[in-house]
Parts: sequence; C-alpha cells; structure tokens
Amino acid sequence: MTGTREDGLRRGSRTEPPRSLDGDQEALLPELVAHLREHRTKLREQWVSRIREETLLQAMTSQEMSAETTSVYDNYVEVLETGSVAALQQYARDLSERIIPRGVETHEVVGIVLLLRDVLARSLFEKYQRDFGMLNRVLDAYEPAANRIANTVAVSFVDERERVIRQQQDSIRELSTPVLPVRERLLILPIIGVLDRERARQLTVQLLGAIRTHRAKVVVIDITGVPGMDETVANHLVQTVDASRLMGASVIITGLSPDIAQTLVTIGVDLSKMATIGDLQGGLEEAERMLGYATARPDGAPAP
Amino acid sequence: MTTGATTSGATTSGPRLFSILRQGSILIASIHTALDDSQLERFREDLVDRIGRDRAKGVIIDVAALDVVDSFATRTLRGIADMARLRGARTVVVGIQPDVAFVIVQLGMDTGSLVTALDLEEGLTHLAATAGASIGPAR
Repeated sequence: MTGTREDGLRRGSRTEPPRSLDGDQEALLPELVAHLREHRTKLREQWVSRIREETLLQAMTSQEMSAETTSVYDNYVEVLETGSVAALQQYARDLSERIIPRGVETHEVVGIVLLLRDVLARSLFEKYQRDFGMLNRVLDAYEPAANRIANTVAVSFVDERERVIRQQQDSIRELSTPVLPVRERLLILPIIGVLDRERARQLTVQLLGAIRTHRAKVVVIDITGVPGMDETVANHLVQTVDASRLMGASVIITGLSPDIAQTLVTIGVDLSKMATIGDLQGGLEEAERMLGYATARPDGAPAP
Repeated sequence: MTTGATTSGATTSGPRLFSILRQGSILIASIHTALDDSQLERFREDLVDRIGRDRAKGVIIDVAALDVVDSFATRTLRGIADMARLRGARTVVVGIQPDVAFVIVQLGMDTGSLVTALDLEEGLTHLAATAGASIGPAR
C-alpha cells in the first residue's frame, strides 16, 4: 500500500525533475555495491542454502556449486556497478555451455538467479528498514538492474541451449539419410523414423546426387522403419521416384506399412510408376534381377 | 557446320548453341547452353530433319549443360521424341541434372513416354539394347 502510493508520488515527481532522480540513483548504486561486497560471504552462503532448500542444481557437487555461485555473485555485483551486461553475458554463455550437457534445466538457472535477486533484496530491506524513503530509492536503483541481469542470464542460457539443439539437429540430419552402395550400380536407402518434410527434402537431394556419383541403375528405398507419413511427404516420395527415373535409375520401395499404404491410396497418387515390394529382401532380389537383366536390356523397366 | 543447312544466319554469328553429331546410325545432339523458345524450335527442326537425312535409328539428346528446364523445353523434348519415333528413330534424353530432374517432377511437367538415361554412355547402351530387341518385330 505504502509502496504503491510512494510509487505514484515518485512517478509524478519523476516527470518534473528527472535528472535529480537519475543523479540520486547514480549516487546510490556505489553504496549498494559496497554493501554487497562487504557482506559477500554471508550473502553468498544464504543464497547457496536457499538453492539447496529449493533443490536446484542437484547435478553439481558442493565444490562446483561454491565456485560457480562465487563467480555468479561477483559478476552480478559487477553488473550492478558498471551497468554493462556484456561480461555477464559471456560468463552466462560459458556457464551454460558447461552445465547444459549435465542436464541442468532452464527453470533451475532462472530459479537461482531469481533467488540471488531475492537474497540481495532481503539484505537491502534489512539494511534500510529504518528509512522507508531511502529503501524505496535503493530498490528503485536495484530492481531494474537486477531484472536486467535475470533477463540476460535466462536469454543467454536459452540461446546456448538452442545452439546445442541446432547442432544436434544438423548431425541427426546428416545421419538420417544414409545412401549405401551395396553392389555395382545398386544403392539402398534405409530410412528409420518419422519422415518429415525437411528430412524428405534432404533425402531427395542425397539420393539424386548419389545416383549421379555412383552411376546407379537401381535404388531400393526401405521404409520399414517409418511409422507414418503425411500427404505432403508421400507426394514428395513419389516425386523423388519420378525424378530418379528421369536420371535413369529405377526405384524400388520396400517395407510399406499398412498405414502408409493406406495414405498412398487415399491421396490417390499414381501408383503405376512405383515399384513396391513387400520387404527389403525381396527388393534386393528384384534389384539384382533387374541389374542382371540390365546387361542384356538396360533400363527395360520404365516402359509404362 | 554440324547443325546443317537449315541453320539460319542468326545462329552462325555467335558461339554454337547446340551440335548434332552422327555416330553410325545414332545421332548425338548436345545442347551447349540455355536455349530460348525460338532456339529450341530451331533445334527441333534441325534434329528431326537430320534424322531423315542420316537415316538414324537412334537419337541421344544430351542436356547435361542445362541447369534450368522449363515446361516449353520439356514439351519440345517430348515432341522431338514423338516425331523421331514417327520417322523411325528412338530417342533417349541423357544427363538431366539432379536439381533439374526434381524441378521437372515437382512442377508436374509431363515427361510422358520420354526415355531417360544417366549419361551418354548409358544412353548408347540403352539404344544398342533396344534397337537389337525391336528390329525383329519391326521388319
């Protein structure tokens, strides 16, 4: 109640002499920083015990915890002092890089920074509890800086995590569409897992490129491990088969699940041009037959 | 020179856009650069004319130099294949680039009965095999 009234009052006064308040804040920050430096050990211990209470950062040993909390604390105070978050940003990124592989979650990182904010705010309350006006001004100086710090740390952590995720996505993508030459002029593409649009696109690029480099005549695409596909992907697959035919390679698709068979029939793609065989074994046998046949009559198959 | 008598003055001034070479009973037509619609038409006329004059049994059209094939080009190639068949020759289109192949399919351009092969060598193998197989019933 008092706070809001005070707030309203101050907001009124802020419009009139804004400089005086800024000056006020500038004078207050060094005092604040000095206070936080002075009680560094005590406050840090309070913070660590709060973290323990909330059972955050359990992946860390107590040694690590003490080292990290010290650096976070010092960085925190430094940001309050200089107002520049650049160093903190760098530190937060490094920290994230170290702790993300150990399974530290976003809520934990945000949680500990907010705890530190609260611990420090409490100590300010304690120090200035006699003088409400002073306390309000100190909090005015402290809160925006503290919020900015919490924001910076959270954003850095999320950024770092996204970077890791992107990296993993890239490597998964590379691994997801292997094109294997089994015999002279025969390629197989085993596909395992859900075929989304991006992966289907990747598959086309890889397959058409491989047909060229391996001079493939027959390609067996095995989709036994694909649980399902939507219409777009199914159409894409049919287009890939057509494009392969234009490059002079016949495609045999094996291992269509009942679901996928139903999808293909429901969307009404032209199935006459698609050679499908029940399982990979049958597909390879057919491919070998075609290749053996091909010495006498190459490319005999695509006649519609 | 190889583009024959029907080549007009317009094409002789610049670098050769396409060439048509004879190898036994097979004509090998290579497109060297992207052709516009009128150049494609001239290509078709020259090629179909040469099929009759050289009494060709097979035609190979090499499009490896093209990185864009539009619907007109697709239609022209299909037209050449049909006309060649009427004049007694089989056509194989070779050297379609991976990107081009996918674009042709994606844009739903109808390749119809167009026979394709990976490259010149494959095309020649195909022609040798099919010519051998088809001579029996044909005559």
